[in-house]
Amino acid sequence: MRHLLAAALLFFCLSIPAFALVSPSERLPDPEQEARAREISKELRCLVCQNQSIDDSDAELAGDLRRIVRERISAGDTDKEVFDFVIARYGEFVLMTPRFKPATWVLWLTPGFVLLGGGIVAVLFLRRKRLETGVSSLTEEEEARLAELMARGNPPDSAP
Amino acid sequence: MIAELGHFALVLAFAVSLVQMTVPMVGAHRRDAQLIGIANPAALLQFLLVALAFGALVWLFVVSDFSVKLVFDNSHSEKPMIFKVSGVWGNHEGSMVLWVLILALFGAMVALFGNNLPDTLRARVLGVQASIAVAFLLFILITSNPFLRLDPAPFEGRGLNPILQDRALAFHPPWLYAGYVGFSMTFSFAIAALIEGKVDAAWARWVRPWTLAAWLSLTIGIAMGSWWAYYTLGWGGFWFWDPVENASLMPWIAGTALLHSAIVAEKRGALKSWTILLAILAFSLSLLGTFLVRSGVLTSVHAFAVDPARGIFILGILIVFVGGSLALYAWRAPLLKTGGIFAPVSREGALLMNNLLLSAAVASVFIGTLYPLLLDAISGAKITVGPPFFNYTFVPIFVPLLCLVPLGPLLGWKRADVKAAAERLMAAAGLAFIACLATFAVAHDGPWLAPFGMALAVWLVAGAASEIAWRIRLFSTPLSQSLDRARRLPRAAWGTALAHGGLGVAVAGIVGVTAWQSELITTLAPGESAEIAGYTLTLERVGMRDGPNYEATVGVVRVSQGGRDLGVLMPEKRRFPAERQEKTEPAIRTNGFADLYVVLGEPADDGKWVVRAYRNNLAPWIWIGGIVMSIGGIMSLADRRLRVGAPTRARLRAAPAE
Repeated sequence: MRHLLAAALLFFCLSIPAFALVSPSERLPDPEQEARAREISKELRCLVCQNQSIDDSDAELAGDLRRIVRERISAGDTDKEVFDFVIARYGEFVLMTPRFKPATWVLWLTPGFVLLGGGIVAVLFLRRKRLETGVSSLTEEEEARLAELMARGNPPDSAP
Repeated sequence: MIAELGHFALVLAFAVSLVQMTVPMVGAHRRDAQLIGIANPAALLQFLLVALAFGALVWLFVVSDFSVKLVFDNSHSEKPMIFKVSGVWGNHEGSMVLWVLILALFGAMVALFGNNLPDTLRARVLGVQASIAVAFLLFILITSNPFLRLDPAPFEGRGLNPILQDRALAFHPPWLYAGYVGFSMTFSFAIAALIEGKVDAAWARWVRPWTLAAWLSLTIGIAMGSWWAYYTLGWGGFWFWDPVENASLMPWIAGTALLHSAIVAEKRGALKSWTILLAILAFSLSLLGTFLVRSGVLTSVHAFAVDPARGIFILGILIVFVGGSLALYAWRAPLLKTGGIFAPVSREGALLMNNLLLSAAVASVFIGTLYPLLLDAISGAKITVGPPFFNYTFVPIFVPLLCLVPLGPLLGWKRADVKAAAERLMAAAGLAFIACLATFAVAHDGPWLAPFGMALAVWLVAGAASEIAWRIRLFSTPLSQSLDRARRLPRAAWGTALAHGGLGVAVAGIVGVTAWQSELITTLAPGESAEIAGYTLTLERVGMRDGPNYEATVGVVRVSQGGRDLGVLMPEKRRFPAERQEKTEPAIRTNGFADLYVVLGEPADDGKWVVRAYRNNLAPWIWIGGIVMSIGGIMSLADRRLRVGAPTRARLRAAPAE
């Protein structure tokens, strides 16, 4: 049943372009609390949409979640308490920013690892290039020409 | 009849591709001119046949032949003509035919304009190109036949998703595909070079125009897509880090890196092996994008598992081409001679840095897009990787890259004088500093990063201008001489400056929208007014309007500023009866510096309507920047030194300052 519901909601998410659907009636009277609610909403995922925060989605479920967030804020929760409350109910899937934990180490560390690893390879590459500098900086043709000149100028037996 | 003709043409195209894939390859190996000679006519014939099939499909959509299942599923007789045509690629099957059409077009272009390529190289390039065509034609014929019939034929079609009935989105896929498939050309060149075991300056010169063309198409395609998202999705968002968007961003970044490394390979004979690898990577990422979008794996891993035929097939294509090419690379790349020595501080060094940062940026998008799928497939755990992840990983990699952009073109080849380059950028640095202070003074209550963002934008634009100024010796020689130099400056130099400057304009737009968006969400009864960022919006009335295949609820909103009337905006909500769907059409008023963006929402109680309005500062600059970058790409492509037919002639010209 839940899957059917999810499928139905998914259909609505896809068929109607979503837009910031915080409706005027939903909003909290205190602008500071409302601003907090908006910030939190941007960090929570609409469960039935593709990659949309509940702030951007017009799905019914997103509306429910927005109401829950505002209820918790009105009840005096801190931001962290609101997140904990939502995560306890829906799991970490709702977080737009995945938490840093063993299961997401690879996710969070890959970009830095590529940068670092690539940097090391680049440095080694440049080092090798510099070592080669002393050896030869001539093109193949120049090399051949040089060899030819050397051969002509110095008989093999007089070579140093 | 037409449908069967189209189907038959596709089958024939498949047969021709099989020949084109094998015979010229054997010919190139045996140096048999007759076998090599098959490549050109085969490539042209393959293109003609695919064009015939595509033409048949367009015809079926234009005449609304609902006896064809694809037309029935995606068209409607009352749809405007432009969307009947765009409906051809607004679905899985048709878009794959378009994909193959562009692939065949690129192959035909090599056959037509590649006369100056060595015969064996051209034969191998066309052979590799044909192997891609074989894979995708087989995919279409086996899993995605667009010409299936329905019996009995229905009277009316189901229509096209209203979201796709949009002018920008109608032409977004062809550009995007031209970009994706364009990288198949550089891929074919890379594989052919690996088989030949030779990469020289001439090879790099032949590859660059194709890379540039692919990059240009992808830039235009991505900009169009993001513009569409901006004016359709209803609140001024322009980039969502959605997997589908990321799928197109990855080849773009890899292509940007390839564009830069190919310069080093051509001018200095260095980084050849790396350039080959990038060419393979750029196309692999294009294939990955096709897989992600076409297999349904994004909707959910389970949707993929339920109907896996298509997904598995493309995954197979992906594995064969990526795995095969990387294996070939590992085997043959060590044979490539390295050349071109350079000091770390040099143009080559700067381009290497560019490649390093771009690669890390690709890695960030790659892992962010695929990790949730991988984790789900391996452990069943579900996580979301949203925009904040990319703000934490992609942005810190990209910002240093942007900081270095103006420096690169001012460095000399081999060994550069950083001090001299820095001196040439003093003016740009000064302007950036002033921009930072000015932004802070004007908008000190905004996010603290915004002034630095604006400084970065000015740094990029002024840096690009400084490069041109230095090249034409502005202010250090008489003006007439500078103008003369400007005239003789190679177009590629203008192209570089425009592309880098356009990047700065886009950065300004992105910073502007992100940092200083004003928002108004309210309910208005007809006659009532509300204020946003100095504008007064008055909902005059709400009426109905009939479109060609929809009916719209129209809000008439009068805009005034300080008592001065600025005209009306008419946001709409459209209902499409055939598709039984709704779509909002925001109304946007722009003055070039900021957009006023008005959306008509749901009816509220007692005759009121929900009205949302936004002021998006500098929003138009995002796309103006994209256009400037594209013009830069076109300028570079028009440079005669890069023209496919002119590599030898160009050598004879006096080398302008570079």
